[in-house]
Amino acid sequence: MEVGLNHFLFISAALFSAGIYAIVSRKNAIMVLMGVELILNAANINFVAFSRYGNFGLDGQIYGLFVIILAAAEAAIALAIVLNLYKTFANINVDEIDNLKE
Amino acid sequence: MNESLLINITLAVLFLPLIGFTFTVLSGGKIKKAFTFEVFISSITLILSVFLLYAKISAFVEKDILFSFSWINFGILPKWGELNIKLGIKLDNITVIMAFVVTLISFLVHIFSVEYMKGDKRYNRYFAYLGIFTFSMLGIVFTDNILGMYIFWELVGLSSYLLIGFWFEKKSASDAGKKAFIVNRIGDIGMFAGILILFFTYHTFNFNEIFEQMSAGKIPFNSDFWMTLTGILIFMGAIGKSAQFPLHVWLPDAMEGPTPVSALIHAATMVAAGVYLSVRIFVMLTADTMLVIAIIGAITSFIAATIALTQNDIKKVLAYSTVSQLGYMIMAVGVGAYAFAFFHLVTHAFFKACLFLGSGSVIHSMHHEQDIQNMGGLRKKMPLTYISFLVSTLAISGVPFTSGFLSKDGILAGTLAFGKLTGHWLIPIAAFTVALMTAFYMFRLVILTFHGEPRDVHKFEHAHESPKLMVIPLIVLSLLSLFIFYTPNPVSPDQGWFLSEWIKTPSQVVPENSRFDFLINSAGEQTNHGKIIHSVEYTETLHSVHYPALFLSLILGGLGILIAFVIYQWKKINPDAITAKIKPLYLFSLNKWYIDELYDKTFIAGTLLVSRLSAWFDTNLVDGIVNGSAYVIKSFSNIVGWFDKYIIDGFVNFTAFLSGFLGIGLRRLQTGKVQTYIILVIVSAIILFVFFRPF
Amino acid sequence: MFDIIFYLFAFITIGSALIVVTARNIIYSAFSLMLTLFGVSGIYALLGADFLAVVQIMVYVGGILVLILFGVMLTNKITNVEIKSGNRNIAVSLISVSVLSAILFSVLLGTNWKETNSQIPETTLFGIGELLITKYVLVFELLGILLLIALIGAATIARKEE
Repeated sequence: MEVGLNHFLFISAALFSAGIYAIVSRKNAIMVLMGVELILNAANINFVAFSRYGNFGLDGQIYGLFVIILAAAEAAIALAIVLNLYKTFANINVDEIDNLKE
Repeated sequence: MNESLLINITLAVLFLPLIGFTFTVLSGGKIKKAFTFEVFISSITLILSVFLLYAKISAFVEKDILFSFSWINFGILPKWGELNIKLGIKLDNITVIMAFVVTLISFLVHIFSVEYMKGDKRYNRYFAYLGIFTFSMLGIVFTDNILGMYIFWELVGLSSYLLIGFWFEKKSASDAGKKAFIVNRIGDIGMFAGILILFFTYHTFNFNEIFEQMSAGKIPFNSDFWMTLTGILIFMGAIGKSAQFPLHVWLPDAMEGPTPVSALIHAATMVAAGVYLSVRIFVMLTADTMLVIAIIGAITSFIAATIALTQNDIKKVLAYSTVSQLGYMIMAVGVGAYAFAFFHLVTHAFFKACLFLGSGSVIHSMHHEQDIQNMGGLRKKMPLTYISFLVSTLAISGVPFTSGFLSKDGILAGTLAFGKLTGHWLIPIAAFTVALMTAFYMFRLVILTFHGEPRDVHKFEHAHESPKLMVIPLIVLSLLSLFIFYTPNPVSPDQGWFLSEWIKTPSQVVPENSRFDFLINSAGEQTNHGKIIHSVEYTETLHSVHYPALFLSLILGGLGILIAFVIYQWKKINPDAITAKIKPLYLFSLNKWYIDELYDKTFIAGTLLVSRLSAWFDTNLVDGIVNGSAYVIKSFSNIVGWFDKYIIDGFVNFTAFLSGFLGIGLRRLQTGKVQTYIILVIVSAIILFVFFRPF
Repeated sequence: MFDIIFYLFAFITIGSALIVVTARNIIYSAFSLMLTLFGVSGIYALLGADFLAVVQIMVYVGGILVLILFGVMLTNKITNVEIKSGNRNIAVSLISVSVLSAILFSVLLGTNWKETNSQIPETTLFGIGELLITKYVLVFELLGILLLIALIGAATIARKEE
């Protein structure tokens, strides 16, 4: 079976599922962040794959570039938030932080 | 001297007391000496009314002075004609004499009260009431129409209520005030009905206009019966005000008021208003009406005299004596002795005022002791009071050389002539019996009060002659009880200026077929006894009975006085022995014929019974219907309420319960953990996928 | 040859990603993530996006991953080696994620993609550069501002409160 668009999309879907799983089940906030990065990468693969097989020129790659930039910004902000959480609750365990309940 | 001046003076006489009242009332006790203004006003009123009397008698003795103004003008009404209600003044000789009597006695009572009421906490208010009373009474005197008379009639009722209940802290006084007011109201209902009939028939209230139309043959509903009824209805007002049987019960109770008030109201003015009204409407009385009036007067006079025989309260004796004398006057009107009715009104006003003020003087000096059983021997302590009291007593007993002799004799002659002409002999018999009894009980009063030995030594020793301000009115009034002011001939009033010139019996205006025969005019005929007003027959009869009546009354009066002296002065007969013999009669008299009790048992109890019946009807039937409908509505409401509570509220509550239940269940999802929410988002997304199957 | 390289990279990517999401030690996760990112970078290269592959390595591995490691070290006491963190709700998560991925795969399989195997350019560097200063110049500038804002924001949020 020749490698085509579907193969790349499968990888993307797998990465996406893994990222979702990390977000949903990880206790550590930083690990949740890693899941987010995985999802972003999955999206990026999609962009690039469609750019390659969909006859869209370079636009898909440009979007991928933007996503990477956004991911960098997101990581910086998210880590700052995690540090703040740590200062407030003395840990960064997502399952113990349930202030939203109130 | 012209008419308009007289009218202005009349208005001044009428309204000055009102000004005095207004000022004294508005001073509200702030001005300590406010009463002096009222007394001053009273004296001015007296001077003006003396002038009015003089001017009228000297310049207009034959002419009535009329003045009227339009009060309410309704214009032309459909089915009615012009409706213009006028008020006005009518000045004839009767009016000015009456005004003089009222203002004089009012003034003397003012003077007397200055001493008598000294120290009362509502001193100024008392004088204010005297002012409004004088105003109302003068209004009755001056008015030229029956509507105005009714207005002032009610004002008199009001002011008498205020004065009788002046010491309203005493329950008996406030009760007496109410009684006087309510009993008067009964008579006034009849009077009001009579006024309405007159107004409906003649479209006017003016006396002169009514009488003119009546003499032209117009009578209510073209029926003699209605004419008679109208007369009786209007006379009912007089029954109330002049305390005639059966409405006489208020007057003795009204003795609860201050004694000078009794002198003013119950001797001279208010009770005189009834007689004055009867005199005013004399010309429109039919034979039947007159008979009714005569009978009522006779009954009243007789009953009151018998009651007065046994009373021991000095004021009660005088009160019943007043009722008796008023009965005399009414009887005189009834028998056609018009002039003597008015004459007796005037003379009685003076001597009865004197008697009341004298009794006030005695009561004052005896420190409010009113029981004559506890008096006696006061002659030496209070000589001036005694003398004036004695003169007045002689006058009321009909002793010659007094005014009472003249007027009473005239009335007795009138009744005798009436009996002779119509055959109603019971009326003169009652009149002469009353004359005997009057002499007896008045001298009983004098002897028990002033003669003999003091029975209450302690009070006797403190007794003293009253101050000058109280004695002077007594002297003035007792002087006016002498004959000389009325006629130069002490045995025949006919030749006096009072009767021969000032007061003329007017001709009847009712149709001739409803008059007594002897009142049918045969004018123009001249007899040797002067100009006649009515029939020759009547004039002749009056003349023929004059001397018999005179002697009979002298004998009876003397007999009454003699009996009184025998029993009470010389004590030849023990009064207790007599009373023991005729105990039932004695008790009957002492208890005032049980009339009050009778009224209690019949009218008051009847009213209460009707009230209770109404109350029963109200509670059981009316309230029953109301309660029944309330019960029906309540039951229906209960059903609706049940439906509301269980069905509608149940539905609402079920909804709420369901929401709550779901909420409790769903609350578990609200963990506060972000990851749970994300799982939920994923699950939702899956569900959406499954449902919409975009592939 | 292409297929072999593709499967290699696919294996690296997915395998290390699974380690990322399942490893109990956070350091393992972090290093597995590095591997994943490398794998993705390789896939970019396979797809002809050479510039993007380089940027991926530079930014992700050189920037973001270092940042994450910083976070790990700042929030865990390294001496205690307490830098491990397990999973929770594994059953629920697994079920929902597997259903989700099943749906995703079925969608991918059920879709008839219209593929046009276009020519891979020699290099994309010029094209991207040209696009960035022509068609996407506004977005490019905005992203620059965004990064500046993120920089300031991160510093503000993470700053120790006085």
